[in-house]
Amino acid sequence: MAGKKTLTFAIMDPPYESGRSTTAFRLIDIAVKRGYDVNVFAYEGAVCLPFAKQQAHPNAVHGREAEEENHPLPKDWVAALIKSAATNGGKLDWVNCGLCVDERGVAEAIEGVRRGTPADLWKLAEGSDNTLVIGTR
Amino acid sequence: MPSYYDLAKDLAGAGNEVTLFLVQNGVIPARAGAKAPGLSALAEAGVEVLADEFSLRERAISANRLASGIRAAPLDVVVDQLADGRKAMWH
Repeated sequence: MAGKKTLTFAIMDPPYESGRSTTAFRLIDIAVKRGYDVNVFAYEGAVCLPFAKQQAHPNAVHGREAEEENHPLPKDWVAALIKSAATNGGKLDWVNCGLCVDERGVAEAIEGVRRGTPADLWKLAEGSDNTLVIGTR
Repeated sequence: MPSYYDLAKDLAGAGNEVTLFLVQNGVIPARAGAKAPGLSALAEAGVEVLADEFSLRERAISANRLASGIRAAPLDVVVDQLADGRKAMWH
């Protein structure tokens, strides 16, 4: 496949649970900064990563307000990756598995995230130079 | 020894170009003092064994104190190889 590279990543871990999410974000970040087109198929708990209702919170134990706590929100990281892709001449197509979304009640995703089905993973992989599936354990 | 060590070794033995990229806690057995001779054996068998620089730094493992045959590398290597069409398996 000549020309611009397209990579697909399938991810399954929910927010704040595993270093795999961090590694996945790092891989996507590298790819979008190169101007690649990147597809993400979020399955199972990973559909919660771009959930729009995530909220920063204060930390009563440490006596810090929400602003001081500066709590990282995965939805902001997803938004930053989508923006970075556009800035670098590529595109990040983030597809949330609709079945997984409905099971978890997380239909409200940030802008740039679309709903799909497991069949979309096959379609995305078919149109890509390569696909990496980062499964849960 | 993990089964994927055997897979990597067998693939290399069959004449394939194989990279084992260690990330997250996977870098812990890459330390020179770790009792994990399997990784160095893989390197001796022709598998390129790399340890993620960021994961090493997160765990205060010095990149110049890795076991024989293992070297530190940026995660970019994975994206390079994906872009080159190398088959990739996450374990």
